[in-house]
Amino acid sequence: MTTNVLYEDTLPGGRHWSLLMRKGHVLRLTDLNGGANVGMLFYNPSMPLERINIPDTLKCQHTFKLTAGHCIYSDMGRIFCSITEDSLGWHDAVGGTCNRALVERKWGKRTFQDYRNDYYRNGMDSFLINLAKYGLGKKDLAANLNLFSKIVTDSEGNLSFVENYSTAGSQIALRFEMDTLVIMHTCPHPMNTASEYPLAPIKYQIEPAATVQDDDLCMNSRPENRRGFMNNTLFNLGCGDHCHDH
Amino acid sequence: MIIESKLQADDAVYREVVKAGDYWLHKVKNGQTFRILDLEGNQAADTLFFNANDTSERYSAMDTLREQGNVYLTGGSKLLSSQGNLMLEIVADTCGRHDTLGGACATESNTVRYALEKKCMHACRDSWMLAVAENPEFGLTKQDITHNINFFMNVPVTPEGGLTFADGISAPGKYVELRACMDVLVLISNCPQLNNPCNAYNPTPVEVLIWD
Repeated sequence: MTTNVLYEDTLPGGRHWSLLMRKGHVLRLTDLNGGANVGMLFYNPSMPLERINIPDTLKCQHTFKLTAGHCIYSDMGRIFCSITEDSLGWHDAVGGTCNRALVERKWGKRTFQDYRNDYYRNGMDSFLINLAKYGLGKKDLAANLNLFSKIVTDSEGNLSFVENYSTAGSQIALRFEMDTLVIMHTCPHPMNTASEYPLAPIKYQIEPAATVQDDDLCMNSRPENRRGFMNNTLFNLGCGDHCHDH
Repeated sequence: MIIESKLQADDAVYREVVKAGDYWLHKVKNGQTFRILDLEGNQAADTLFFNANDTSERYSAMDTLREQGNVYLTGGSKLLSSQGNLMLEIVADTCGRHDTLGGACATESNTVRYALEKKCMHACRDSWMLAVAENPEFGLTKQDITHNINFFMNVPVTPEGGLTFADGISAPGKYVELRACMDVLVLISNCPQLNNPCNAYNPTPVEVLIWD
């Protein structure tokens, strides 16, 4: 695997970054010390009004959790990326992200003035900072992924955060099926119960993806995904999404 | 939680029937109460809320679910905005459970869920696109069309992480009533979906009532 890595870097805990992933490449994320959370949003760089849509993603795959075999959809019926590998079995897409008030309520306040770059960042500001770099703003926010985090419901629908879920070395691989602007942060999951602001670094690596074969795990995990891949094929032909008759 | 309303329809300051497949975009003022009445039963009302004075603040499904610690909306639920402010409260509910995970149907998601050939069937997000196009005075665009509530829809989550689409638990005459805690714009798509049981395969009208 290592020989295929085109680029790798580390994102410390409680930080944010963004990058453009090209179609046909894998973004591999590794929880270095355990307890990571990666808040993540996706946009179509050529048409940022097309963005991650969690309701469509969950609904079309009849799932609440995300794991290997699942695809992450845009609001235009296309697949940003497929989860081709996952050592954990559950990633959250429902908890949302922490904002300034939540971080202060749970973990107190650390300002830049007092703590320099160890100040407490929050997920909402992290998303907004990175979105603004691409001319996007508050209205462009959407429900986000929380990779490496798990929240479950009981039979009454009560939600709870699973503590100590992701262990050191846990890994997820996202294979991008179209060019995608990736906005991400490593701020804590908003339901994290830790008494101290959790700082969990991740490693991210970019690798070339093998060509998608007809027996592909993600394309075949549900009939819906085969149709999602067809929508991507049409988009990549330059046909957009209204040319299904061609 | 089932909560019956004490409000009388005769006292409402506004009443309007929203036909199946139509949208309804209306301002509800801080302190007003409005009701969505499922006239014929099993009808999904896909609904978005915006702060009427700054539409970049809007209903947030994720913040609402997380802060109430439960994945369903019901009587007593407090609907929070993307900035963590209280927008509305469900003050009466005779249905008992409403979905806010499943989102709204779209022509594009219909191609994925059902068949590529379903792309020309009427869908909630098309109704919303027409709503923003026909009502430019509100300054809404596609950016504002986000993660909604499906009133009267039943989408159970399993402890194993599954999402199921169950038959509706609504019935003729069931309603949900919300009190606005700020001036809000309400954008409803009375769902035209014909491919699944969310409207019992027969979309029907809902009525909207407002009280001061």
